[in-house]
Parts: sequence; C-alpha cells; structure tokens
Amino acid sequence: MGSTQHLISRLSTVGSGVNISVTEAHGEVSAEVECSQLHRCLQLLHDQPDLCFEQLIDLCGVDYLDYGKDDARANAGGTSPRFAVVYHLLSVSHNHRLRVVVRLEEESLTVDSVIDIWPVADWFEREAFDLFGIIFIGHPDLRRLLTDYGFVGHPFRKDFPLSGHVEMRYDEEKGRVVYEPVSIEPRVTVPRVIRERGSGERNS
Amino acid sequence: MSEIHNYTMNFGPQHPAAHGVLRLVMEMDGEVVERIDPHIGLLHRATEKLAESKPYNHNIGYMDRLDYVSMMCNEHAYVMAIEKLLGVTVPKRARYIRVLFDEITRILNHLMWIGAHALDIGAMSVFLYAFREREDLMDCYEAASGARMHATYYRPGGVYRDLPDSMPQYESSRWHGEGDTRERNQDRSGSLLDFIWAFSERFPGCVDDYETLLTDNRIWKQRTVGIGVVEPSRALKLGFTGPMLRGSGVEWDLRKKQPYEVYDQMDFDIPVGTEGDCYDRYLVRVEEMRQSNRIVRQCVKWLQANAGPVIVENYKVVPPRREAMKQDMESLIHHFKLFTEGYAVPAGEVYAAVEAPKGEFGVYLISDNANKPYRLKIRAPGFAHLAALNEMARGHMLADVVAIIGSQDIVFGEVDR
Repeated sequence: MGSTQHLISRLSTVGSGVNISVTEAHGEVSAEVECSQLHRCLQLLHDQPDLCFEQLIDLCGVDYLDYGKDDARANAGGTSPRFAVVYHLLSVSHNHRLRVVVRLEEESLTVDSVIDIWPVADWFEREAFDLFGIIFIGHPDLRRLLTDYGFVGHPFRKDFPLSGHVEMRYDEEKGRVVYEPVSIEPRVTVPRVIRERGSGERNS
Repeated sequence: MSEIHNYTMNFGPQHPAAHGVLRLVMEMDGEVVERIDPHIGLLHRATEKLAESKPYNHNIGYMDRLDYVSMMCNEHAYVMAIEKLLGVTVPKRARYIRVLFDEITRILNHLMWIGAHALDIGAMSVFLYAFREREDLMDCYEAASGARMHATYYRPGGVYRDLPDSMPQYESSRWHGEGDTRERNQDRSGSLLDFIWAFSERFPGCVDDYETLLTDNRIWKQRTVGIGVVEPSRALKLGFTGPMLRGSGVEWDLRKKQPYEVYDQMDFDIPVGTEGDCYDRYLVRVEEMRQSNRIVRQCVKWLQANAGPVIVENYKVVPPRREAMKQDMESLIHHFKLFTEGYAVPAGEVYAAVEAPKGEFGVYLISDNANKPYRLKIRAPGFAHLAALNEMARGHMLADVVAIIGSQDIVFGEVDR
C-alpha cells in the first residue's frame, strides 16, 4: 500500500473551492467534507488522475446520538451533528484507500447521491436510507432494501430499540400473519462501560 | 395488435437455485429477461445492531454466521479491526495459523461454490466429489476449534489455542470393518498439521477430477461461456472484488497488493480472466483452489518447524492461563474483569479488510472507548455483486440467470447481514 503521506499531499491539490480536512490515524486517511461540496469533491476524487478512486468500496450511515454514553451516565455524550455518511474509496491503480466523512444535521438529512459516479452506490444508499432514514437526492429508486415489506422506522438509529416495536406470528383464526407489539423485555447482560482514561492501569 | 409481451415473474425465495432466500421479481419478454429487481433482506438479522449491544469478543461468533461458508475469513476482518484500534501485535505463529485457516476456508468456500454452481446448471456429480473433500477440511476446523463450521477461533491478539497434536480417529462399525477403518485412519495418525499435509498432497488431483468433469465439458461451456460478461472498467464501477473482479481481467488481490498477516512471505499467483464471463470466473476460482493449496503447504511447513505462542500475553485483552488463575490474584482479577465487562477499545475508527473467498470483506469499526463497538459496518462482497445482477442478466435467458447467480457465489448470510 502506498504511503499515506503521498496521498495526503495529493489530496491538498484537489480542485479549488472544495474544503476538505484531512486526518490520519492507524495508517488510514480520512477526509471530512461539507455536505454541499460532497458530490463535487467525490467526483474530483474519482476523476483526478493522481487520485483516481475507481471503486466505492463501502458506504454507510452512522448515528452519533449515543456517542460517548454508557449505561451508568446516560445523559452524557452524543455529538452534533447527529448523523454521518461514510464513504470508503479504493484506488486500484494507485493502491490507496480514503475514507470520506460527511456530517449531517438531523433536521436536514439529505445528501447528494453518488450513483452517477459509482453505480454500486445504488444498494448502499438504499441500505443507508432504510436503516438510518438518510435521503439521497438524485437516487432514482430510493426504496427500503433490507427490512420487511411495510416496515416502519429506521432500525439502526440509536433511539430504535434493539428488540424493535412489533413482532410477528401466524394467527390460526385469521389464517394469516399478524403483527403485534413486542412482548419481550429488553435485557442487558453486560452493561456498556466507558472507563476514564488510565483508570485501572497500574501506574495511573 | 394488442398482445401483451412483457410479464412479471417471481423467482424464489424458496427456489433451490436462489442460494438461500433470494427473491427476484423479473420482467420477462418471453424467455428473455428485461429487468430484475432482487428483493433481499429475508435473512436480515441486524448483526451490526446486535454487535453494538455486546462486548467485543461476544461478536466473533456472529461473524461466522455472516458468510457461513467462509467463516474464519469473516472473523479475521473483525479481529483485525479490533487489533488495529488496540495496537496489539499478533505473534508470528498465530499469523501463520490465520493464513493457514484463511486458505483452508477459501478451499472450503470454493468447493461449496463449485458443487452448488454445477448442480444449478445440471452437473450433479461434482457436488458429491466436492463435499468429499469438504468433509476433510471440516475435520480440520473441528480439530482446531471444536466446531465444524462456526469456529469462533480467532481472537483479538491471536487465535484461541494452538493446533492439536492428534486427530480424532474413526472407529470400526458394522459398515466399516477393522481393515477399512485402519485405512481411513491412516492420515489421522499424526497431528493436525500432518493431516492437512496429507490432504494437500492429494488435493491437486481432486481439482483435476473436477476439471475433468467440467472444464472441457460441452454442456458446461455452452451454459457459461459468454454469459454475464462484465467489462473491467464496469466491474470496478460496480464495486466488484475478489474472483468477480479478477474474472474480468483486473489483477487485484488484497493478499498481494495490501498484504496482511504473513501473505507477503507466501509464494502464490493471482489467476486473472480475460473475457469476464461465467466461464472465466469459474476458471479463476478453480485456479485459486490450487494456489490456496500451495499457501497451505507453505504454512504447514513453517508451523511444523516453528513453535511459539499463539496469542499475545496482554491480560487486558486476553484472559490469563487457567493455571495462573489458581495461584495468582492478579490473574484472577484480569479474568473476572474480562469475562464480566470485556476490554475497552480506544476511541477511533478503522477499516480492516481481508481477501475473503468471495472478495473484499471489510469491517468498519467506530469505538468510543467503551467495551462494546459503537458502530460496526460490515462490507460484504456479495452485496455489491448481487446489486449488479440486474445489469449482468439483462438480455439473457431465464436459465442464464441461474448461471449468473451461481457464478457470483452469493451467500445470504453476508448479503443480508
């Protein structure tokens, strides 16, 4: 894999008028882009010969509602903006990877579709819409993908309960499948714990 | 004339050629496919959401159940992501064991694929031969991890335990007499590594057998040559990885290009197709089985010569040895902490990818310094491949759709997650 420094220096040459803030961690390069510039930026990343990201490896939504929260301090944490869409790009010709992050406010959960740059975005965007409710402008067929026909809600949001809202069974009398409110109680076997930095270590 | 030509047809989800629970709504013009709308999600279990509610190590078992014919490769991507965040260095022997089992998994997967694919387009017997060899590899899984399929063998920091010194033996029964049983146990008299070595000796001959049945078979070629052709540039745009991309002639393999573990020390070749049709993808995968066998042999040789630890001795991440717990208070505390709470992974985000048998299997992990993942995104290769089915099958006959699904090597555990 090419050196990340090389990629970072090339990223600084991405067309004028596009503001990207580049960071490096764990040997991976991330770039954060503003929502309004996202499509133009990704188009440049795809087209520019010295970057040439031919592949969109992954696209996913993230909900930061509970970020930094644990079960003991339920009120702490959370970051604003609440949502993010994360693109993982791969350049086969230059052998480098890039993560592009765009943060979205809950009130305006829309972002431009990149289906015209990478057709593979079709299902990835449908999935992110299904699970997080993020609207991709310009997507020709933004339907639910993974959840049930007629499903209500966006299940991967942090305020959606793990066991869901409805359960399904076959009703003998009605002769069809019926939906009912869930009867199972949510149960936490191992609580979510965030320790202060350094606690529990020997020399702290 | 007001004749209606186009009609809509439903395929699956309970169709044997649908490889699980794929439902296709197809718009047909006579026998020709105009448009396909795959309906997926019938096996959606929200693995990623479940993972957010469990400590890191509890989720390793879920990874096996994603692509349930290449179990250990999925685990591999997940533990690699955690190791990246933790900054743990895996001992060398563990890395060789991982590569060994990644390649065994690749052979397992391709055997499943060749059997099912051939069965889909009418060749019955390959399935039976492929499953004969699969059984031996399942025994390797069982000997190492205790489970035939869902191994949960990899751990952040290494693998759960070292390879066993002995293999389980067959016992004679009403159907297998003394002499027969002795013969069946011949390869099993030594260690697991001896057993794998014996397997790797005979496996190229087995691949020859499959090829005799298929490669020059007239029917096989009629069903696969020129079917589902994808141009290299289009394959890249469609997000293809693994054999699907290599079948289209793009020489891209993470094991070579972005080597992880000890792949940079392995001697193997990347097979590449030229036409990008189902037949080329078939040839690529068959050759991959031979190459995997080469890697397996190199790993076995190294593992036989070099002993050592198979997991790091960092008791913040890995439980201490059972014996130590009986004597040592600190070990007991570590053990208690690990099994009641797990370990905290430093805040950050990483993406770790492995070359799984089906393509690039990636794990995008966000941690907020808790003992559970904050967000886990699984990048399944089959998801992108199946998304391209509409484009690949357009203009082909209905029967070719089955051939294309077969050559995509779809498994719903990973597509639906």
